[in-house]
Amino acid sequence: MKRRLPWGAMARMTGRRALAAVPVLLAVTFAVFAVAAASPFDPVKAYAGTAGLTASQENLDQLRANLGADQPLLTRWWEWLTSAVTGDLGDSSVMRRPVAEVITERLGWSVLLAVTAFLIAIVLGTLLGVLAGRRRGGLLDRAVSSAAYTLEAAPAFWLGLLAIWFFALELGVLPAGGLTDTASDTVTAGQVARHLVLPAFVLGISQLPWFFLYVRQGVGDALDEDPVRGARARGLRERTVLTGHALRSGMLPMLTLVGSRVPELITGALLVETVFSWPGIAAATVQAATSVDFPLLAALTVLATAAVLLGNLVSDLLYGLADPRVGFDG
Amino acid sequence: MTARSIRGTAAAILAGALALAAAACTNPGSTAGASGGPKDSAVVGIAYEPETLSPLLGYGKDGNSKIFDGLLAFDADMKLKPALAVKLPHVSADGLTYTYTLREDVTFSDGAPFTAKDVVYTYRTILDPKTNNASRTELDAVKKVEAVGDDTVVFTLKYPYAPFAERTVHAIAPEHVAAKQDVNTGAFTTKPIGTGPYVLTGWSKGEKLSFKANPTYWDGAPAVKKFTMAVVKDDDVRATRLRAGDLDGAILPPNLAAGFKDDKGRKTYAAKTYDYRTVTLPTHHPVTGDTAVRRALDIAVDRQAMVDKILEGAGKPAYGPVPTDSPWFAKGTERRHDLAGAQKILDEAGWKPGPDGIRVKNGVRAEFPLWYLSGDKLRQDHALAYASDAKKAGVDIRTQAGTWEVIEPRMKTDAVLAGGGSPGDPDFDQYLLLKSTLAGDGFNNMAWYDNTTVDRALEDGRRTNEPAERRAAYDTVQRELAKNPGYTFLTHIDHLYVVDDSWGGLSTQTEPHDHGLASGPWWNVEAWKPTSTGAAQK
Repeated sequence: MKRRLPWGAMARMTGRRALAAVPVLLAVTFAVFAVAAASPFDPVKAYAGTAGLTASQENLDQLRANLGADQPLLTRWWEWLTSAVTGDLGDSSVMRRPVAEVITERLGWSVLLAVTAFLIAIVLGTLLGVLAGRRRGGLLDRAVSSAAYTLEAAPAFWLGLLAIWFFALELGVLPAGGLTDTASDTVTAGQVARHLVLPAFVLGISQLPWFFLYVRQGVGDALDEDPVRGARARGLRERTVLTGHALRSGMLPMLTLVGSRVPELITGALLVETVFSWPGIAAATVQAATSVDFPLLAALTVLATAAVLLGNLVSDLLYGLADPRVGFDG
Repeated sequence: MTARSIRGTAAAILAGALALAAAACTNPGSTAGASGGPKDSAVVGIAYEPETLSPLLGYGKDGNSKIFDGLLAFDADMKLKPALAVKLPHVSADGLTYTYTLREDVTFSDGAPFTAKDVVYTYRTILDPKTNNASRTELDAVKKVEAVGDDTVVFTLKYPYAPFAERTVHAIAPEHVAAKQDVNTGAFTTKPIGTGPYVLTGWSKGEKLSFKANPTYWDGAPAVKKFTMAVVKDDDVRATRLRAGDLDGAILPPNLAAGFKDDKGRKTYAAKTYDYRTVTLPTHHPVTGDTAVRRALDIAVDRQAMVDKILEGAGKPAYGPVPTDSPWFAKGTERRHDLAGAQKILDEAGWKPGPDGIRVKNGVRAEFPLWYLSGDKLRQDHALAYASDAKKAGVDIRTQAGTWEVIEPRMKTDAVLAGGGSPGDPDFDQYLLLKSTLAGDGFNNMAWYDNTTVDRALEDGRRTNEPAERRAAYDTVQRELAKNPGYTFLTHIDHLYVVDDSWGGLSTQTEPHDHGLASGPWWNVEAWKPTSTGAAQK
């Protein structure tokens, strides 16, 4: 029997979530402006950099006026918001360029890194989780579980340094950083793919324990449940039991995890991008924050918030699909 | 959704991921081969990335930009030589007019000719208050700049300013490109076009800047055809990538540079600098404002120990902003480490040791706070060493970490572990550090130093072009600083670079506090000549 996907219900839920996102995003941008304005960082000093240390007060005051840093919080937020609605995201003071350009140039590389890492984490995590969950207490389970707990505690930054040391320095098989070979100017798919391996694996591996532990638990529990025991009693093959019954209910908690890991993935990407000189958006985020670069910071926060909301939506949709009892009520 | 379709999706995801991983793993060996590198290219690792490459916003202000030229340039000994000008400027007798004659055969990398209009445009735009240039103050002396025909530019100054010619190493932007866009955010800020020896071919922010040699460079096409600056912020990663052969050279802190000491294929270059670390002694604090305390601290501090222990030998003691090996240094103003002498000065001035060993005078305890920039290990080490030396003389210094935002409002009364230094002319550092009228003006004269003899000497030094008079003026300043030190200068710091030993005749320029792109042995990469060895591959 084929069942049609409940498109209508899914669309309604998506619509409701999108509407709810508007006030959330508004509040978040305002919070960004408020927090940045209250922070002790001075945008003018950040803009001037070392030159500011020898600049005269007159020079600095002029800069403050040019950058609009002397405007009150509400005015700045309102100006940013009204022009952002019309598609003008303003100019980034720290990058000396329009915000839209900064983001389009870098976002793709961050998304590529994050998506690849996410796939690695999900696929490897699920695979290992199923294998470990099948024979809890077995050799594989014990080995992978203890590795997972260790990884959970290991900072992505440290993993990155370790990976560079081993693969780039000791083995010399993978590049240590950058998007392409350091001496190369052209961005080719082959080069990017090769340079992506280490950062994506480090980021993926740092996310893996959560998926692994969830799946392992889910599958293990499901195998102990009545339907599975019933299936076994009916004499179904072990493989059918595992994939048809245990895996299906065992995977459910993981779908929620997909959504909730998004913020973690963003912060992880930040550290990994720094270690591997990956020209993504993460480094720009830090710079924007410490330089109180309002337009860039606000745009990036909207993006990050949207990514988190979208992640939650996707995981809820998947959950609803996988378990019709849950439905699409949000 | 059936179990079957879930399986199908899972299988598809898995297949996709495997395909991606497989694609990612193709050709894994090829980086290893790159370590030798073709001899006409060089890759160096730098720690800081410029915010902008537009001269109008301050890039290339100290000359020596790879993409641009100034009217003049500095050679290895920081002596001025002509660049876009055919000779050094003609200076009028009153020191108020500087006339430059320009080269005629120069074109920008887009083929357009370079003329006097570009020079005038560059300086006028920088001086325009609408331009967000934080270094504008450095051109404060300029009243107007005008073109006379295509090949002559005349600067008129507000006051005689002897080191003005050294400011004209500033990079020159093309009017026909830059004038058509927003000077603060236009494309030119990241896609520069200049007359320099290299053309920017790519700038992937946070990753690298790539350059190719300008084949029609007026001073001859460079031998290093391709030049890449990889941006690697973390010191350890930079050292690792250098070791992995990914980089041909890199700037490193002393402890990591030491790891390459026995490396046969690499050489360490220590660049002499004007980069000083100093403690401000604010005039407005009852303890640091006392000349006796200042003099005592000046000799209580063990500078040589700081050089040996903190800098691992890569540096030298500092007695003022001028390094001891500079031709402008006033010989005989070195101060010996003399704890007994310091105690004697304090005793005589009425600072008597209290019950806890800390001195007291008229009820005032000899104590003050010393701020340093949080996260800066070098400054922290200097601050701690200074406090420990002062303690031996009976002065209690409480070191505190903070960001500039925290420190700046306190600078009038609290001491700060500061850094700075720009080579070229003694006026650059000393005027901003010591002139009483600049007290509290931004970060200028942080210590609120106020000394009429010094003020007069500083003015004399910048208003005359007579070398002997200038030397006398700056000698006076340095001798006054020994008598009444408004700062305790601690060290001048060498910058260390480790570079593959496959190029001949590398040198370093005297470097400023700033780690600009032009610092390091690659200050003149356009003049590098590859040696014949190791010229394999490609």
